[in-house]
Amino acid sequence: MYKSLVIDPAKCTSCLQCELACSFENEGVFNPAKSRIKVFEFEHGLTTIPYTCTQCEEAWCLHACPVEAITVNAQTGAKEVNDSICVGCKVCTIACPFGTVNYNSSTGKVIKCDLCGGDPQCAEVCPTDAIVYVDSDWTGYSKMRDSALEAHA
Amino acid sequence: MHHVIVGAGPAGVIAAETLRKKSPNDSITLIGDEPYPAYSRMALPYLMAGDVAEDGTYLRHAENHFESLEINVLNDSVSQVHPADHSISLKDGTGISFDRLLLATGASAIRPPIGGMDSPRVHNCWTLTDAHRILSEVKAGDRVVLLGAGFIGCIVLQALVEMKLELTVIELADRMLARMMDGPGGNMIERWCQAKGVKVRTGTAAKNVVEKNDSLEIELGDGSSIVADHIVCAAGVRSNTGFLEGSGIKTDAGVLVDWNLKTNIDNVFAAGDVAQGPDRSTGEQQVHAIQPTASEHGRVAACQMAGDPMPYGGSLSMNVLNTLGLITSSFGLWDGIDGGDSTRVEDQPHNRYLRLEFRDDVLVGALAIGLTQHVGILRGLVQTGVRLGEWKKRLMSDPSQIMHAYLAKVQGTRA
Repeated sequence: MYKSLVIDPAKCTSCLQCELACSFENEGVFNPAKSRIKVFEFEHGLTTIPYTCTQCEEAWCLHACPVEAITVNAQTGAKEVNDSICVGCKVCTIACPFGTVNYNSSTGKVIKCDLCGGDPQCAEVCPTDAIVYVDSDWTGYSKMRDSALEAHA
Repeated sequence: MHHVIVGAGPAGVIAAETLRKKSPNDSITLIGDEPYPAYSRMALPYLMAGDVAEDGTYLRHAENHFESLEINVLNDSVSQVHPADHSISLKDGTGISFDRLLLATGASAIRPPIGGMDSPRVHNCWTLTDAHRILSEVKAGDRVVLLGAGFIGCIVLQALVEMKLELTVIELADRMLARMMDGPGGNMIERWCQAKGVKVRTGTAAKNVVEKNDSLEIELGDGSSIVADHIVCAAGVRSNTGFLEGSGIKTDAGVLVDWNLKTNIDNVFAAGDVAQGPDRSTGEQQVHAIQPTASEHGRVAACQMAGDPMPYGGSLSMNVLNTLGLITSSFGLWDGIDGGDSTRVEDQPHNRYLRLEFRDDVLVGALAIGLTQHVGILRGLVQTGVRLGEWKKRLMSDPSQIMHAYLAKVQGTRA
């Protein structure tokens, strides 16, 4: 059973540690604009929602890629972008109906959550457990998966 | 059970792989007529720009990928289909019988019906062979006229600029990207290109081409003319249906298929650029010659062929494009519908633009320029037809809140 990132917006305080940790781990800079997880604020911050890729089983991004640059990590189940193969065509960014693949204009490649190879830094640094990395068999995750399936139909 | 797939582009390859997964014991034959490993046309501009080598355009990278899946790959072309006999004929007359047949023969580049287009200085830019020929014959500093500034033209444009050519773009329509961008958006892209040193002439057509002293003179509809070393033709593509003449398989612009990608003949299916199937937004049969449709069609058709259908609501017209660094995308009914509501926000100085189109409180189409973050959400909302409720009003006054609307309505988050 793969583990998944499970997000509970009610626990999020919008501290943005997750965005900083993600961008530092993956891009080497503390820059929320380059983070693969994004915290959205509602009502001037009264409600905040961290949001990132749910690693769909039949991933839209992976199927749409014309050069097989997105593959499944057998250990984690993450759909990972291989930078040396990605040509930067951005088809995956419009194919993903969840909007979780983004184009990085400074590298000319796309970026998406890869679960940090099995040790996701967003969950690691989240001080309130709003983001946890747990077994996939979890009700909140099923709910997200259901909405993925609905979009698929 | 023997599955025969004609065409080894994305639709054919994905269909073959999906069939192998779904029907481990069936035999699968994949027939492609180009002298290369299966490759992706989407990647060709990056080959021309020097970003990748030829193998960077290949659809699959593992050695013996198809052999390991026991997919029999033939390099040949199909001349005829005989549905009554459950067989096809190859060019040399050899017959192959099938239980299920998938037509995934793609499309070919077309040229405008004007004089002089048979000159060796006129190039298509659609196949790997075309790309290699341009790379070997067109040199940095050459004067090149690009005929056509649609989706393919604009992708090619980027590569031609990176090849350091002196480029003039000729487009018959009144703006660039007429089929994926509205007036304000098309004009924004044109100004962007002009500012980058590319001459763009919209609203005029090439009328005739004459070869003169190792160069070409292109006569335009407005009476002027341009001298160039080469023409690159991106005037459109047409589905490859010619070999189906007399087969009884119904065609129009492409092979007509239903919601399950079945043709009018039992056990014959079509997918990708050659298929004219239901458009998710309108229900009308249309050819969507785009990569996401090719890959979806390939999977959907294969599931049908394996007897394990997956639900499919038709293909969604969508595109994404990088024109000299300006990223544009379009989704669904971006030009709006009768009785619908439209909203747009335009930031000329920063070259950003977002247009949303609604039916009642449902997003039915969108255009974006300069949007690279979470852009897929536009597809998600158009495709799922989520009712946006009170968020529609908010979006009408501030379209940029689209991601917030999605989270509030789709992820069921209270806000």
